[in-house]
Amino acid sequence: MKKIFIMTMSAALLITGSCKDNNYLDIDPRDVVPTDRMFSDPALVLSVVADLYQRQLDFSGLDNGWASFVDFSEAFPSENGSSFFVQRTNWGFGEWNTWDYAYIRDMNLFIERATASTELNAADKRRFIAEGRFLRAAYYFEMVKRMGGVPIITSSLTYDGDVLTLRKPRAKESEVYDFVISELTAIKGDLPANPDTKSRASRGAAFAMMSRAALYAGSIAKYGATTPTVTLPGDEVGIPASLANGYYQQSLAAADSIIEGKAGSYSLYRSLPNLSDNFAAIFTDKSSVNRESIFIEDFRVGTNKVHSFTVNNQPYSRSEEGADAGRLNPSLNIVQSFELLDNTYAPIPTVDGSGNPIYYTNQQDIFAGRDARLAGTVMLPGSIFKGAAIDIRAGYQNAAGDIVTNGNLPGTSTPSIGLDGPSDGLEFRTQTGFYIRKYLDPVTGSGRRGRRSDVAFIRYRYAEVLLNGAEAAFELGQTSKALGYINQVRSRAGLTTALTTLTFDKIVHERRVELVFEGHTLYDMKRWRLAHVVWDGGIMTVAQLKANIGSATKRNTQPFSLWPYLYQNPGNANHGKWMFREVKLSRVTGANTFQMGNYYSEINNNIISRNPEIVRQPNQ
Amino acid sequence: MKLKFHYIILIALTVMAVSCKKDTLEAPKSKLTGRLVYNGQAINVEQNRVPIELYQKGFGLVGDINGTAAQDGSYSFLLFDGNYQLIIPNNQGPFRWNQTGNSRDTLNVTVNGDQTLDLEVTPFYLITNAQYSANGRAISATFGIDQIITDANARDIESVTLFVNKTQFVSGRDNLKSASVAGSAITNPASVTLTTDALDPIVGNQNYVFARVGLKIANVEDLIFSPLQKVTIGN
Repeated sequence: MKKIFIMTMSAALLITGSCKDNNYLDIDPRDVVPTDRMFSDPALVLSVVADLYQRQLDFSGLDNGWASFVDFSEAFPSENGSSFFVQRTNWGFGEWNTWDYAYIRDMNLFIERATASTELNAADKRRFIAEGRFLRAAYYFEMVKRMGGVPIITSSLTYDGDVLTLRKPRAKESEVYDFVISELTAIKGDLPANPDTKSRASRGAAFAMMSRAALYAGSIAKYGATTPTVTLPGDEVGIPASLANGYYQQSLAAADSIIEGKAGSYSLYRSLPNLSDNFAAIFTDKSSVNRESIFIEDFRVGTNKVHSFTVNNQPYSRSEEGADAGRLNPSLNIVQSFELLDNTYAPIPTVDGSGNPIYYTNQQDIFAGRDARLAGTVMLPGSIFKGAAIDIRAGYQNAAGDIVTNGNLPGTSTPSIGLDGPSDGLEFRTQTGFYIRKYLDPVTGSGRRGRRSDVAFIRYRYAEVLLNGAEAAFELGQTSKALGYINQVRSRAGLTTALTTLTFDKIVHERRVELVFEGHTLYDMKRWRLAHVVWDGGIMTVAQLKANIGSATKRNTQPFSLWPYLYQNPGNANHGKWMFREVKLSRVTGANTFQMGNYYSEINNNIISRNPEIVRQPNQ
Repeated sequence: MKLKFHYIILIALTVMAVSCKKDTLEAPKSKLTGRLVYNGQAINVEQNRVPIELYQKGFGLVGDINGTAAQDGSYSFLLFDGNYQLIIPNNQGPFRWNQTGNSRDTLNVTVNGDQTLDLEVTPFYLITNAQYSANGRAISATFGIDQIITDANARDIESVTLFVNKTQFVSGRDNLKSASVAGSAITNPASVTLTTDALDPIVGNQNYVFARVGLKIANVEDLIFSPLQKVTIGN
């Protein structure tokens, strides 16, 4: 009896005792950090903002692959699965679109939570909030470039049963640019003015983005007048011409701020005596010597944040990964656009006045006397990469004048086609006669899939700021200031004869050769309203290719190749010399066609159905 | 009970045949066809460039049924019976259609079985009386240009181009040779002659080509063409 009593009592005690602790099962999850704790520690906030940095959108980027660089006839894709780039006859209206309001919401939440945080110290807090607003401005800038005016959402929206209040109409295109510029103006003081802060937002990055955004808005206002159909009645697309000067002034002021050192001491990169090597090193040198790069997407070997640009595009003969090589082949179109050192334009001289081939002792002689950026951007035949020369030879011409591409070179066991090609349709080697050099990592191992490369992608650099300033000053009639800026960029490239007059075509040209393969081509052509002129869908002939170089309205719809041949005719003075031919590859069947409806990417029907306040893009 | 193999097959076949009937939705089968016309004359455009959109309300998400006019201005849709709204979007096509000022209005279309609906448009210009001839391997065209819209909405001619191609798709994107004249250089619109360079040899010794003339109107994206013509050339 006593035993039963004790057992009952202890059971009762046990039950009532354990019932007491209501929070016993209420434990914090270990894999989710609560918001208030997250925003109490700078290291944790940094990991949140790192995610926002990682989600930035770029047109071309090393982590979105080689193919983001290949379009617009500036290059040919030497991968047969990607031939559509040169076979399509139009771009879909939805091409290049973006509508990532989830990202905007995350940035708004970040800004709100960082603002509400009480435990961060004031300096950290200011910087984090400024970074959030910088990234949000960057994404709105990216959207307005692609979509025109979009709804500007600056706080996180909450659904309380009424969907109608959440529907926001598109802002005017100019309002989005104004928003970007005013945000950057507001936060620039909270960002570090330190040229060594490159992968996080800095004051220099804010000024650089401001200068680019205002320049875009200014040129859309000015040159939009030439395409009156690319507008909407509510100005969601198109900016009134009267606003052009104001934007150009803002652009120039922002560029001047960087040039005058208000954001830290930035300067053009001049470290190597060889100007071409120097130009290539801008993109590979990540040390503090590089005061040119302002804002970069950084990578690091040994982490997950590496990219395959070098793996995909390394010269076939120097490949560290077998046949994974050689995809991005710059075209003759861009190669011939680089000026001669006397500031004139000329096609690559393959034939003399009477149409006979010109023979060159060395392959690179044909490119002699040109802008040093040519060899810095493009790997020319015979260039040295990772310790040996690349081997570009399309075959040989014999005494009878026949082009021979099969078998071996006469009297040798060397195949007549070089290890690097070119041969029509032979993928992963160059097919245009050129490889890319920009961003190509010279470090051993960078071409291996297991290691890959950590060359940074430069989003903003000092040379572009100078060109922004030059263009804005030119449009404002301040030609001498414009000349001062553009001549700095040109003299770094070896064009030491200063320009004394400036034209719109020269500015278009300068941006093209300085900034090619950096994601500017489409946006520049769009804002100048030149895209439908330059990519008009017409097919090109070699004669057209070689004419009118340097003209802003020159058609550029199909990429061409330049193939070197060895001349084999023992006894002849030209035996063993090189001759060149322009070639249009058999895969180049399409021609770039930019329709008026491509100026602003399509907002798809799902978005419009969910929010009928969104007006459709023009000309679609 | 003994299960026989051929019974299984028989039952399976029956089930399959019945379920096919059951779960396959009916396909649209009413055909809406027509042409872009002006005074009964077809308007020739570039293939795939002039969109014609149909909207049908009352089915949730709003989106267009998208079609484009063919080279000869014809179009066709395969639809369910019902009420639709048809529109050629603003600024599309080398003509004005159903519009006041710059914006166009929709056209209500009731589809009930096959039907033909010609869309009456007013082109800015028409190319008239195009005559083609071949001199060796060079193609010539002589034609007149008729300005149709002469009121406040009139537009200038940007350029006129003769296109020649080996297939019957002939346009700025699809051509072997072309010859062009700027609008400002045309002195007598009643008679314009354009001549291409000699054509390069065509694979298979094809002894004919197709030609037509396209007229680009200032600030209008799409060209208006003359009817397609087959031209015989010497080898």
